[in-house]
Amino acid sequence: MNRFAELLDRLAYEPSRNNKLRLLTDYFASVPDPERGYALAAMTGALSFAHAKPSIIRTLMAERSDPVLFAMSYDYVGDLSETVALLWPAPQRDLRNAPPPTLADIVHGLQAAQKQDLPLLLASWLDELDETGRWALLKLITGALRIGVSARLAKTAVALLGGKEPNEIEEVWHGLEPPYLDLFAWVEGRAHKPSFMDPAPFRTPMLAHALDEDDFNKLDPNVFSAEWKWDGIRVQAVVGTDDEGRRVARLYSRTGEDLSAAFPDLLAMLCEAHFGDLAIDGELLILRDGQVESFATLQQRLNRKSVSQKLIAQYPAHIRAYDLLSENGEDLREQPLNERRARLASLVERLAHPRLDLSPEIAFSSWEELGCARRDPAQAGAVQDAQAIEGVMLKHRDSPYVPGRPKGLWFKWKRDPFNIDAVLMYAQRGHGKRSSFYSDYTFGVWKGTELVPVGKAYFGFTDEELKEIDRYVRSHTRNRFGPVRELDFSQQEGLVLEIAFEGLSRSPRHKSGLAMRFPRISRIRRDKPALEADRIEALEALLETGLRTAAKAPPSG
Amino acid sequence: MFHARLGAKRLRPTYLSGQMALSDLLTLTPAGLYCAAADVHIDPVRPVPRALITHGHSDHARAGHGAVLATRETLAIMALRYGEAFCETQQVVAYGERIGLNGIEASFHPAGHVLGSAQIRLRGPSGCVVISGDYKRAHDPTCASFELLRCDAFVSEATFGLPVFRHPDAAGEVAKLLRSCTLFPERAHLVGAYALGKAQRVMKLLRQAGWDRPIWIHGAMEKITAFYQSEEVDLGDIRKVSAADRAKLAGEIILCPPGQLSDLWSRKFPDPVTAFASGWMRVRARARQRGVELPLVISDHVDWDDLCATIVETGASEVWVTHGAEEAIVHWCQTRGLDARPLHILGYGDDEVEAAGEGAA
Ligand SMILES: [Zn+2]
Ligand SMILES: [Zn+2]
Repeated sequence: MNRFAELLDRLAYEPSRNNKLRLLTDYFASVPDPERGYALAAMTGALSFAHAKPSIIRTLMAERSDPVLFAMSYDYVGDLSETVALLWPAPQRDLRNAPPPTLADIVHGLQAAQKQDLPLLLASWLDELDETGRWALLKLITGALRIGVSARLAKTAVALLGGKEPNEIEEVWHGLEPPYLDLFAWVEGRAHKPSFMDPAPFRTPMLAHALDEDDFNKLDPNVFSAEWKWDGIRVQAVVGTDDEGRRVARLYSRTGEDLSAAFPDLLAMLCEAHFGDLAIDGELLILRDGQVESFATLQQRLNRKSVSQKLIAQYPAHIRAYDLLSENGEDLREQPLNERRARLASLVERLAHPRLDLSPEIAFSSWEELGCARRDPAQAGAVQDAQAIEGVMLKHRDSPYVPGRPKGLWFKWKRDPFNIDAVLMYAQRGHGKRSSFYSDYTFGVWKGTELVPVGKAYFGFTDEELKEIDRYVRSHTRNRFGPVRELDFSQQEGLVLEIAFEGLSRSPRHKSGLAMRFPRISRIRRDKPALEADRIEALEALLETGLRTAAKAPPSG
Repeated sequence: MFHARLGAKRLRPTYLSGQMALSDLLTLTPAGLYCAAADVHIDPVRPVPRALITHGHSDHARAGHGAVLATRETLAIMALRYGEAFCETQQVVAYGERIGLNGIEASFHPAGHVLGSAQIRLRGPSGCVVISGDYKRAHDPTCASFELLRCDAFVSEATFGLPVFRHPDAAGEVAKLLRSCTLFPERAHLVGAYALGKAQRVMKLLRQAGWDRPIWIHGAMEKITAFYQSEEVDLGDIRKVSAADRAKLAGEIILCPPGQLSDLWSRKFPDPVTAFASGWMRVRARARQRGVELPLVISDHVDWDDLCATIVETGASEVWVTHGAEEAIVHWCQTRGLDARPLHILGYGDDEVEAAGEGAA
């Protein structure tokens, strides 16, 4: 456990994805079975046991420390698990009777323990672990293990161990169980690939290339179909039947994460008998009264381990289908898109379920015509859903469904980003490599004679621009609050930044009442006085119409 | 001058207000701790006629006093910092040597904090008080080990005076650094460490762990490191980093003052791993606040367990806490029936704020 804890501790401080992978791969290479398998399970969310309540931990601590000293310590540290880990009066090392528990010991112990035994068991482990080990144990058992590593990254590290592709792991993943002895044996070349029949497997999705404007010269509009690119999340909805005739349904993200637990409403739909066995590729959206809600609304339903009836009613989930990968055991991925689309259309019609519909095609005869639709989706048939459209997708009508990102078949043609000119208000130091730079920016626009913050951005700039803004921040600081600097801004003074963003929605959680989607710095407007930055009315208008008004129409494309 | 035989010269105290009598031996004045009978201040924060200095960190050892009595190493460090003329007259005292000051016997004893650091014991007709300065009980190969002194009253630092601060074995922390060097040989490892004491201790620990490559240092550490080497602390091949070197130091260990970690200076190294050697690194929020990627919990101060143990072992019935988290240790003393109070001396630990870690303290 101490070694696993050290890994978690280091991962939490490491900002770079590549370096995280190195740390993970090193861990998997140097730690034996079954310990590493349980670590993989912990990181992929595959461990299940009843979580201990923080109150158990508080009680254990109260029996061992002075309440005044505990309160002072908690106040200073600010995190219960960490405070207890540091404060725990462990016996002298040479007085301990057992070696520190392994992660495997802990997993087995938790699975076997009766509720009333938990405090005693926990106390014995805390006695035997070091500070970092105690911290990780407490995070693990309270279900608060957040380490900045996705399940996908952990699986990628396992794949790297034996030069495999991460997708190969995904293919077999749902048939595997902790501690994954067969997986490691295969990856390390000691055994064959684990085989099993998953009734509802994840299929590696087919991805699109971003379209370059010059691509149009090479592409024939007659062989492509077009659809809206929806601002939801891409999902794979899969239903199958296992050996014992039970229906198994799963909802996967684009990267193969299992989202099922957060969407029991959609799972129930998929399990309805008349659905049959199928695998649909589509967009997960929130639909209310037939209208697609913003991505910010969808986020209310994401990243949850469970979901209440109230939330389901308030944010009804919906699948807008655009591809059919398999139907009643028949793999359709080799078929041309036209065929798959036709089968999908008749399937959706036959199922006639209010939570499932077909992603419509956009009629067009030339690239110019499609360009118009992309600029103004409302006029091109999207009507009230125009806000939820990010652009258009182009798919070759004959394309088979090829896992990965094959060339020349699918393209995404994103809507041009919106732009506003905003004034830099606050700056904060970045992390890791960027910790010597002020690289996280809060910017605002005018509301009357005052600036109101409307968003935060921490990328989009070049290295040179970063240095320039950093210099500006250091020489124009008005106030400091911890790591944050407040800058000199007024009607006379301030640095204007051009901000690009993908969309806008209402948000009561933001001071301005607005939330920007994917904002980034597109350039520094040294030429522009602060007073000429945009006003809040411009954003309000954008929110109303979905279109950029007044002086700055989006560049045509 | 101090050298004075008992009763040679009697001075009136030079202050009139803002004082607080702690005992017959010790008073707290705006300039810091003061022994009226001997007419000396201990680690004063303002210029005074006669000062006893525990160690060379800048919040304890300031320039501008009249006469200064300290260990040879501390005087040398002050001269390196402030120039030879940092006070009017200097007098060297050896560990254990007893000096009479107007009927008060003063002696200096190893504090285990940094090279030359001392606790100061004052003995008079009414009893005995020990002023700890900064100290630690953990082993440190670069300075003399802490000597336990029994006393009636103990004036202790409490930089890490909260029970969450328990320093692990420093060798284990250095092993973490070396593992990272093995795993990331293409990255430079920058280690923030206070220039006096901590830096040299980390160098020595690296040598003991078998690191035999050159250790690179920031220019601000050069003089003090050379002084340690001239005092027979063997640190191996130590090299100053020049601007041209920085891009070439992949896989190397570079020590610098903590403030440099997030400075322009650090940017030129190849994909640097930023480490910070400090007792504050025990708490994740503190490490994260500074953007540290590899926190190393190595401290030159007593941790909570050693602080409590030391208080008990001195046998003191009165405890005064000079700086750090005073409330917690005062509370602990009171629950054990010891008379304790915080002194809230302004001016100590200033360098900690600057270095945002344990600094001069
Ligand atoms: Zn000190
Ligand atoms: Zn100090």
